[in-house]
Amino acid sequence: MAIALKPKSTSQRRLWRFHGGIHIPDEKALSNERAIERPPLAERLWVPLQQHIGAPGRPLVAVGDHVLKGQMIAEPTGFISAPVHAPTSGRVVAIEPHPVPHPSGLSAPCALIEPDGLETWAELPPPLADYPQLDPALIRERIRWAGVVGMGGASFPTSVKLTPGTDREIQTLIINGAECEPYITCDDRLMRERAAHILEGVRIMHHLLRVRTVLIGIEDNKPEAIAAMQLALAETDMGGYTEIVPIPTLYPSGGEKQLIRILTGKEVPTSGIPAQIGIVCQNVGTAAAVADAVLEGKPLIARVVTVTGRAIAAPRNLEVPVGTPIEHLIAQCGGYREAPRKLVCGGPMMGFELRESATPITKATNCVLALAPEEAPDPGPALACIRCGRCAEVCPTRLLPQQMYWNARAKDLDRVQDYNLFDCIECGCCAQVCPSHIPLVQYYRYAKTEIWAREQEKRKSEQARARHAAKQARLERQEQEKQARLRKQKEALAAPKSTDSGEDPKQALIAAARERAAARRTSDTGSA
Amino acid sequence: MLAAILALAALAAFFGVLLGYSAIRFRVEGDPIADQIDSLLPQTQCGQCGHPGCRPYAEALAKGEEEINKCLPGGEALVLALADLLGREPVAMDIKEKVPSVAFIDPELCIGCTRCIQACPVDAIIGAAKQLHAVLNSECTGCELCVEPCPVACIEMRPIREDIQRWRWPYPARQPVASDIAAPLRDAA
Repeated sequence: MAIALKPKSTSQRRLWRFHGGIHIPDEKALSNERAIERPPLAERLWVPLQQHIGAPGRPLVAVGDHVLKGQMIAEPTGFISAPVHAPTSGRVVAIEPHPVPHPSGLSAPCALIEPDGLETWAELPPPLADYPQLDPALIRERIRWAGVVGMGGASFPTSVKLTPGTDREIQTLIINGAECEPYITCDDRLMRERAAHILEGVRIMHHLLRVRTVLIGIEDNKPEAIAAMQLALAETDMGGYTEIVPIPTLYPSGGEKQLIRILTGKEVPTSGIPAQIGIVCQNVGTAAAVADAVLEGKPLIARVVTVTGRAIAAPRNLEVPVGTPIEHLIAQCGGYREAPRKLVCGGPMMGFELRESATPITKATNCVLALAPEEAPDPGPALACIRCGRCAEVCPTRLLPQQMYWNARAKDLDRVQDYNLFDCIECGCCAQVCPSHIPLVQYYRYAKTEIWAREQEKRKSEQARARHAAKQARLERQEQEKQARLRKQKEALAAPKSTDSGEDPKQALIAAARERAAARRTSDTGSA
Repeated sequence: MLAAILALAALAAFFGVLLGYSAIRFRVEGDPIADQIDSLLPQTQCGQCGHPGCRPYAEALAKGEEEINKCLPGGEALVLALADLLGREPVAMDIKEKVPSVAFIDPELCIGCTRCIQACPVDAIIGAAKQLHAVLNSECTGCELCVEPCPVACIEMRPIREDIQRWRWPYPARQPVASDIAAPLRDAA
């Protein structure tokens, strides 16, 4: 299955091919022509207090406080956690639930900040330009302080990923510049415009992980980004261990496990992580954020977001503070050309529909997509599965989507797990090729969350059982103690008659004390 | 003839000893079926099944003395799981399922009588005599056993608020129009 490509300027590198995948119109030309712009600040910023996977942060500010740009407003509460910083200077008007980018459309605690427009920076830690001489723990602490999380969408705290376990060595660092989803161009523009900065971040991560090779994978539908990165690489001394690898355009080559397969031929074990096979994968945007944190002492408070779709008047990439409402982004792109059929957060394949345009962007929001009716036609009613098997042909993780569909639909949660449901990356290839328009991914998502909920209930009932058993044991012990006390009292009541002849212990004590006092008195007078 | 009798007697003695030894050596404490049933029950200890707690209900089920549809918190999913485990026919639940909720004590009304604390099967209420009581939301199983004993009726059941952590993807609404219900191509099982 392996195919060898002949890159123009790099040495011959063998590439592998993952199973399946699909070719879909990339639609990137809509937004990749304009340079990244910094629009004026929104009037109000809703900053979610949790923007990462892991333990929620603890708020550090109160309503009415004045915050400075880059000031920490929520601190991490565990190892897998990240802080949140104020994206601009201003006043905290409220801390309350507000809709956040999540498929549920539910609200989560957010800090509402009214910018004062001055952009006064808080006191920032010093740049660590001499990081090669510094203790890696110090650099990791800086990255953690800066609240850097994976910017490809998973938002996993980066400092954790850059802390290799002691049990296995990391050999390869893979930088993900594939950006395989249609429409999204934020990484493309970032690579074109800030290639040198990304490479600085890559160099820091290389230093922290002490890897032998760094592979930067970029899909070959982004020739300008590849050229810019190669040019920037030629100007550094990183050429010895770094390689820019153009990879064939095929969705979903930007999936972590798929990219690892393409570049190294290795497979990440089921329900495992890349570190198990000596690989760490980071997004190009994350590399740039790491460079900001270490070389400039700046926390992650802004990101590049692609605002695109045919319903947007002038699609482009915007660099905006975290917390900026999506309606503000759309207004900065000229508003709507026509009423959108669907407003999506993320790409058309893996993104989710947004219900409110007041939802803010977070560190993980890479794209806001307003799809015109002709781009998102109504798929019509789902038809019966005709067992054509095309879903299995395109599945990049070699699963059996059809079997998973039957079992998820029958709510047979045990059997659907036998088909390795949790290896599904929800890329949507199966649903895209399904001739019956069955919303397959929706069934898998339903089954996954249902299984998680079931496990959580199971844990809770275990806990309740233990607490109930503990209460029963306690009541029993108390009852026994009560019985023992009663028995003792009874014995004590019965006893005095038999032991009356003996000396009363109280009287004996008093006599002894008297004797001691008398002795002291005589010794006192004797010495005087 | 004699040889046959002796051989059979020897065999009988050998197996008798073996069985007797196994009965002692591999003795099973408790009822393993009741354990399996108990692990399926939701452990709310609510007593709505008519038994004083989940374990007694599990034991009654293991003895075959009880219907499998008595557990209200477990709902239909539990009936199906029990039917599967015990090889019985699933029975319909007689009462509709409740929304998951936890107890809430009104701090304005609580007089600190400790009756709810005594009633709580999982020690999810904290407080002391003449002190305000409070419910530990993370431990409360929603059994409602504390509601009845309260002399000032200050305890109410509040549904658990849906948040992002607890949210689940809904079952797809767009079901195939034509029926493809026909038994799927099962694997060997």
